[in-house]
Amino acid sequence: MKKRVINRFPGQGAAAVLGLLPFLLLLLAYAWGSQVRLEANPEDKLLPAMSSLAAAVERVALEPNRRTGELQLWADSAASLQRLAAGLAVASLLALVTGLATGMVPYVRAALAPFVRVLSMVPPMAILPILFIVFGLGELSKVVLIVLGIAPCMMRDLQQRVMELPSEQLVKAQTLGAHSGQILWRVVLPQTLPRLIDSLRLNLGPAFLFLIAAEAIAAESGLGYRIFLVRRYLAMDTILPYVVWITLLAFLMDLALRGVSRWAFPWFHQGQERA
Amino acid sequence: MMGALLEVKQVWKEYGSSIVLEKLNLTVKEGEFCTIVGTSGCGKTTFLRMLLGQEGPSRGTLLLDGKPMPAEPGPDRGIVFQRYSVFPHMSVLDNVTFGLEVTRSRLLGRLFGGARRKAREEAAAMLAQVGLGHALERYPSELSGGMQQRLAIAQALIKKPRILLLDEPFGALDPGIRADMHALVLKLWKESGLTIFMITHDLKEGFKLGTRLLVFDKPRLDAQAPNRYGATITYDLAIGRDEPALLDEIQGAVTETSRFIHDSR
Repeated sequence: MKKRVINRFPGQGAAAVLGLLPFLLLLLAYAWGSQVRLEANPEDKLLPAMSSLAAAVERVALEPNRRTGELQLWADSAASLQRLAAGLAVASLLALVTGLATGMVPYVRAALAPFVRVLSMVPPMAILPILFIVFGLGELSKVVLIVLGIAPCMMRDLQQRVMELPSEQLVKAQTLGAHSGQILWRVVLPQTLPRLIDSLRLNLGPAFLFLIAAEAIAAESGLGYRIFLVRRYLAMDTILPYVVWITLLAFLMDLALRGVSRWAFPWFHQGQERA
Repeated sequence: MMGALLEVKQVWKEYGSSIVLEKLNLTVKEGEFCTIVGTSGCGKTTFLRMLLGQEGPSRGTLLLDGKPMPAEPGPDRGIVFQRYSVFPHMSVLDNVTFGLEVTRSRLLGRLFGGARRKAREEAAAMLAQVGLGHALERYPSELSGGMQQRLAIAQALIKKPRILLLDEPFGALDPGIRADMHALVLKLWKESGLTIFMITHDLKEGFKLGTRLLVFDKPRLDAQAPNRYGATITYDLAIGRDEPALLDEIQGAVTETSRFIHDSR
């Protein structure tokens, strides 16, 4: 009894093993490549051995920097995460307010939706020089880049989510005597919040992209700054752990946001499982 | 109170060149239970949207209590849709309390302290009447289809509307559950003296529940221009003298229109 391949499902254990497999393969491929290159040339810097990676991690994470006296990895992470958090918070707030207004009120939609649509097509990296000129080389320009990078897409996304709420609900609320403000406050806003978290999760990747880009060009600390600084010395032993660390941070933030959503909006996820 | 609650005089509804409803005339007194049957595409839902205030007539007048129908939904006309008419983010109890909160707290739409407790007690009593007294803290997604419709009915009735509009409310339910819902609606109607308009696909359901049956149908069918002629009320019957032959006749006419509409699409 042979089933079609689209009808065959792995068990829980098999799925876990299969999920880990690509990671293991990548690790093995790296170890093998590194060994081959180091055998040919012990001075090779491109694929450092696992032992040199571990030494570099120990150096940046546990030993105070000789020049600044800081633990470098943690100082860089703190600087980057502060910028990221500020950017995400401002972008979320803007997206929520704009999305609710354009999604609910036809006049606001007529006035703002085309503008937001065009705004979301502006390549954020192309206006980075303008940001540096206008806002200076400090923290503000980096936060603004993240906001400009992700807020327009989030606004459009949330407008769409608000408009997707069944019109039956809005009619029902009106037949119960609610005015526009009450419908916003009690019907639309609570149902938009979990969708805002969804939108934020999808935009974590782009947010990191704009953060690293801004730091690469002008900064004195931060994960992106460090990577682009040590690039000059071909310090792959620092770059690779930093990349893994950034990826891990993004992954954990995504996981945390999902957890918050499930905890705060159980009704949203029950509905999703049934649908 | 025997005055006309709803008066429909020579109402037409057109979208561009396609005519949905034509020459609609109807007078409904307070306390009537009108069931509306007809095939899909015969303007039943358009008529309901006009009663809700979501749409106005293209021509003719639509009077509620002798005054023009308001141009948007309001608390004098409650509604239960086939789906999606409860709020998924509120518990069963909150769904019903919501209707009381929005009128008692105009600014926030939220009550606190004793006022909140009182509103919740009223809502719980309403829910007990529709048989949901045991499910107050559940979310709608945890309820069966029939329970969700009971909730939607309780939600509408807590506002004591003059008119209750039911848009195929039991269309998605199992037959056994439907019979229970029929008994519930009849009980609530007798107790409250509401005026009910109920759209249904099911002619038998229409006969069983209503005091008055309205059949929406297209009296003229033109295969070359299917939207040239609109639907109107072809039968307006006081129920109680329903004869099987008449039921067959209506079923035949409605089925013919249904085939016509589907073929011309």
